[in-house]
Amino acid sequence: MWTIIHKMGSPPWFFRFSGALVRWLLPLTIALLCVGAFWGLLIAPPDFRQGNSYRIIYIHVPAAVVALAGYYVMAFAGAVSLIWRIKMADVTMRAAAPVGAALTAIALFTGAIWGKPTWGAWWVWDARITSMLLLFFLYLGVVALFEAYENKTAAARACAVLSLIGTVNIPIIYKSVDWWYSLHQPASIKFMGESAIDSSMLYPLLLMIAAFYCLFVVAVLLNMRAEVLWRHRESGWIQQLVERA
Amino acid sequence: MYFDTLTALWYMDGHGIYVWVAYALTAALLIAMVRLPISRFRRHWGWVEAERRRTSVSSPAETEEKGG
Repeated sequence: MWTIIHKMGSPPWFFRFSGALVRWLLPLTIALLCVGAFWGLLIAPPDFRQGNSYRIIYIHVPAAVVALAGYYVMAFAGAVSLIWRIKMADVTMRAAAPVGAALTAIALFTGAIWGKPTWGAWWVWDARITSMLLLFFLYLGVVALFEAYENKTAAARACAVLSLIGTVNIPIIYKSVDWWYSLHQPASIKFMGESAIDSSMLYPLLLMIAAFYCLFVVAVLLNMRAEVLWRHRESGWIQQLVERA
Repeated sequence: MYFDTLTALWYMDGHGIYVWVAYALTAALLIAMVRLPISRFRRHWGWVEAERRRTSVSSPAETEEKGG
C-alpha cells in the first residue's frame, strides 16, 4: 500500500497505473451499479412504514457515505501537499473536490425528494442536513479557490488549509443525529452491533455503497489523468506517449 | 421480483414520481462525473497532438529559411 502511495508521486508511473486500473474498475462499477439498482428497485421488499419511497435509500446513503469519505481523501491529500509539497497530492486534492461536490449534491437532492413523502417537506434546517449543505459549500470552496489563484502552488496551499479546517465538519455530520433532536433517522448500518435494517434490504444497500466507492475512485483517477496530462504536456514522456498512440 | 406489472413498478403505490426522479437525476450526475473528465482528457490529448503536428511542420521550414 505504502509502495503504491510512494510511487503515486511519479506522474509517468501514475499515468500507466491509473490507465490500467480505470480500464477494469469502470466496467466493474457499472456492473455493481446495475445489479445494486435492479435489486433495490425491483427485488427488495417495501418498507412497512415508508412504503416504496424508501427505495431512494439505495442512492441517498451511498452518495452521502462516499461524499464524507471523499472529504477525508481530499483533506489527507491537502495535508500531504502542505507537509511534503508533493505535486501529485495537489492533483489528488483538485480531482477529489468536484467529485465530492457532485456526490454531496446527490445526497442533498435525493434527501429532499425522499423528505417530501416521508416528512411532508422538501427541506428542513435540521443539523444533519445543514451540516451536509456546509460540506457541499466546502467542496465548492476548494474548487473555486483552485480557480481563483493564478499561482497554482499558492492555490494548492490555500485549498489544503481549507480542506483541513473543513474536517471539523465530518464528525459533526456523523454525530448530528445523536447530539441534536433531528427529523433525520439515525444510522441504519452499524459497524458494531446489529444493523437496524433487514438483510433483504441491507445487501443491495451494501452493493450500492461498494459501487459508489468504485465510482469515486474512477472519477478521481479520470480527473487526475486529465490534470496530469495538462500539467506535463511539454514533458518528454507525454510526447512519447502521444507519438506511440 | 416485488412488482407484478410494469405499471405497478412505475407507479410504486404513489411514490414512483419521487423514486424515479431521484434515480434519473442521480444517473445524470453520475454519468457527468465520468464523462466530463474523459472529454477534458481527450481535449488535452488533442491539443498535445496538434502542437506536435504544428512543430513538426514548422521545423523543416524554419531550417530551410535559416539555410537559405
